[in-house]
Amino acid sequence: MKVTIDADLCQGQGRCFSIAPNLFGFDELGNGVVIGDGILTEGTLEQARLAQSNCPEHAIFIEEDR
Amino acid sequence: MPDGEPVVDFATDWDHTDPQWVNNPYPIWEDLRERCPVAHTERYGGGWFPTTHDAVSRIANDTDHFTSRLVVVTKNKFPPNSPPAPVGPAPPITSDPPFHQIARRLLLPAFAPGPINALEPQIRALCNKHLDAQRGRDVIDAGSDYAQFIPPGVIAHMLGFPPEDDEKFREFVHLVLDLIDLEPEIRGPMFEPMAEYFTKQIEDHIANPRDDLTSFLLNVEVNGSKLAPEHVRGSMVLILVAGIDTTWSAIGSSIWHLATHPDDLARLVNEPDLMPLAVEEFLRFYAPVTMARLVREDYEFDGCPMKKDDWILLGFPAANRDPEAFDDADTFIIDRAVNRHAAFGLGIHRCVGSNLARLELRVALEEFTKRYQKFELDESSGVTWAPGQVRGPRHVPLRVA
Ligand code: HEM
Ligand code: SF4
Repeated sequence: MKVTIDADLCQGQGRCFSIAPNLFGFDELGNGVVIGDGILTEGTLEQARLAQSNCPEHAIFIEEDR
Repeated sequence: MPDGEPVVDFATDWDHTDPQWVNNPYPIWEDLRERCPVAHTERYGGGWFPTTHDAVSRIANDTDHFTSRLVVVTKNKFPPNSPPAPVGPAPPITSDPPFHQIARRLLLPAFAPGPINALEPQIRALCNKHLDAQRGRDVIDAGSDYAQFIPPGVIAHMLGFPPEDDEKFREFVHLVLDLIDLEPEIRGPMFEPMAEYFTKQIEDHIANPRDDLTSFLLNVEVNGSKLAPEHVRGSMVLILVAGIDTTWSAIGSSIWHLATHPDDLARLVNEPDLMPLAVEEFLRFYAPVTMARLVREDYEFDGCPMKKDDWILLGFPAANRDPEAFDDADTFIIDRAVNRHAAFGLGIHRCVGSNLARLELRVALEEFTKRYQKFELDESSGVTWAPGQVRGPRHVPLRVA
């Protein structure tokens, strides 16, 4: 499973990197970025979902493994 | 100060400065959401007020049909010399695409988490300075003795203005945001002292450039040329106006809530780790900022026949109370875990200052609740809520001992 941020939707609301700072960071404009490859483990999936459900712009996506 | 007669039916004749709305808008919005989700008025030259999260979000994200050229509802819709779209009088908030993004990107780095977090010690010191000044008093005013001092101090520092001018800043903000029902001939000339003040600051920064936002805006180049002087001035006014009343209102409402909800106060004092979640819930529940748009051309929205240049009152605070978008929307839940609130707006105009606002709110509440673990509203003097598009208590009299 993998988490991504759609940069066109993200407006830098900053919820993701305060809720899950181990999964998300920010660029020099303050927009959210995924740290590393975004692959989620059982331990981090829940945090990713929590960040997703708090993003006001619906910019965070979690893809199931295909 | 309402625009004319008291309102009888907000669905067909809303006025956001009517005393009923100013004192307690939430029941009005709830009623409208069920009965007439996009309310209408003939006041202010005609306008619409969407009350659902869905409608607010669709309008905020639709810059084709709705322009940001004016974002504060006034009688004086098109003052002479008002710069047209897509730039508008105060970029980026009054700008439309594609220019908007240029103006916004210029400001973003200064408001990104890195530089903003570096301000924390300074904000903490500012809070403590104003708390120290209250020592020995049994009754304090958390609005006018505390909340109102925090944001101007921070903004003055960022723009490189003398910190002792904060009284002036508050007058300017009042002029832009509150005095909207004055006739254009009276309101226009009132802007002159503000214009003069900014001219003086700009001249001083041209003569003595320094490491602050004013010097940055004066010197930055876009496609090889400096910004137009009106752009620099407009962005400075915007930062001053957008950064002060808003955050002061958020701090004031939050302290007012704690003063009237002893259980929440006790939880926050005993479990300080709740603060980040509490801050988001304060922002959702007491979202201080309502914005406006103008309808670009005649347009039908959800069955409403909108006319060119009608106002849209874009109620982010109403969106935050929509039961379709939030469980128990009208209940304050201090540890609400899922909270997709729209207090900082939605879409391309999302508040540039949100990192700063969150930091100020968190630190101001942390220091206040460290100093006073128990306080209650002093019922003998009343709480007055500011009218207009930025809602917050001007006075929060508290019994602290
Ligand atoms: C709790 C405090 C605050 C709240 C609730 C708030 C709310 C908002 C909202 C709702 C918008 C969207 C405007 C629109 O859609 O037309 C906005 C935009 C903006 N805010 Fe804030 N704000 C706050 C504090 C601040 C601070 C501290 C600053 C800066 C010092 C600031 C600077 C701005 C700017 C520059 C914009 C325009 C962004 C753009 O148009 O791209 N705000 N704010
Ligand atoms: S919470 Fe959403 S909008 Fe905010 S920074 Fe993260 S992805 Fe972007």
